Amino acid sequence: MLESLRKYLCFPASRPPSFKLILRSNIAMTIYSIIFYLLAILILISTALAITRRDMVHAVVYLIFSFFGSAMLFYLFGAPFLAVLEVIIYAGAIMVLFLFIVMMLKVETAGQRLFPLSQWLPAAVCAVAYLALGIGLVAADPNGHRVLTTGRAEPAAFGQYIFQKYWLPIEIISLLLLVAVIGALLLARRSKKASARETIEGEL
Amino acid sequence: MIVPFNHVLALAGLLFLMGIFCVVVRRSLIMILLGVEVMLNAAAIILVGASLLWHNLDGQAIVLFVFAIAAAEVSVGLAFIVWAYRRTGSVDPENYNILK
Repeated sequence: MLESLRKYLCFPASRPPSFKLILRSNIAMTIYSIIFYLLAILILISTALAITRRDMVHAVVYLIFSFFGSAMLFYLFGAPFLAVLEVIIYAGAIMVLFLFIVMMLKVETAGQRLFPLSQWLPAAVCAVAYLALGIGLVAADPNGHRVLTTGRAEPAAFGQYIFQKYWLPIEIISLLLLVAVIGALLLARRSKKASARETIEGEL
Repeated sequence: MIVPFNHVLALAGLLFLMGIFCVVVRRSLIMILLGVEVMLNAAAIILVGASLLWHNLDGQAIVLFVFAIAAAEVSVGLAFIVWAYRRTGSVDPENYNILK
């Protein structure tokens, strides 16, 4: 038993953690790229549907589809651990939090115009300028024509890498999460004085 | 994969644009926060793609931090939205004009 415990406590000092290259045949590579384009179309369509829905519950559900697509994309890009985290954190925790808030607040959705017409021109000018700049940047990127090769970072190697190189940022970010939880609790606490003032304002 | 890195950049850029569109156009605080989530997700996609391109695990490490930041941001943001809704009875940013 001590032997097995020691095996888990000590890091195996064999090779530095990195990507494991996976070489496949041409047919598999073609299937991978087809999967990539299908996933890209799925993500773009579901996100576009999500940001244009009037009903916020529909928007949240479409966005869950989009995040599932992103998780599969992460898996395709050789990050299985991040794919799992995307499903758990984004599609699970964050979207359920949004659903709770949407159902908790009575939000009127009817009669809400999407865009004030007086702001159309500056918004269109900004959008076209940024789109042109972005296309130029992507086209001018010298690494842009390099083809992605398949590889995978195993979760064990990834965790080892994280805790060897980024242990201090991990601690800081966990502290940040704790501070965020305490702040959310403080903000959401309903004190008696505040609720009395709220009813007075409601009657006025 | 026979996918050039350009196409990953284009996908993430389009997603980011959709997030900006959602933040600018929608008239509800909840939808604005959803747009921010879409933008963070686009940044995560581009980081994972770049991590695969150079076979370097640093990009995936940063994505881990992006997830943590997104969780913290959404919890505090939604708590702020609930707080503001209790004070004004609305989630439309145009109704927040108490200082006027």
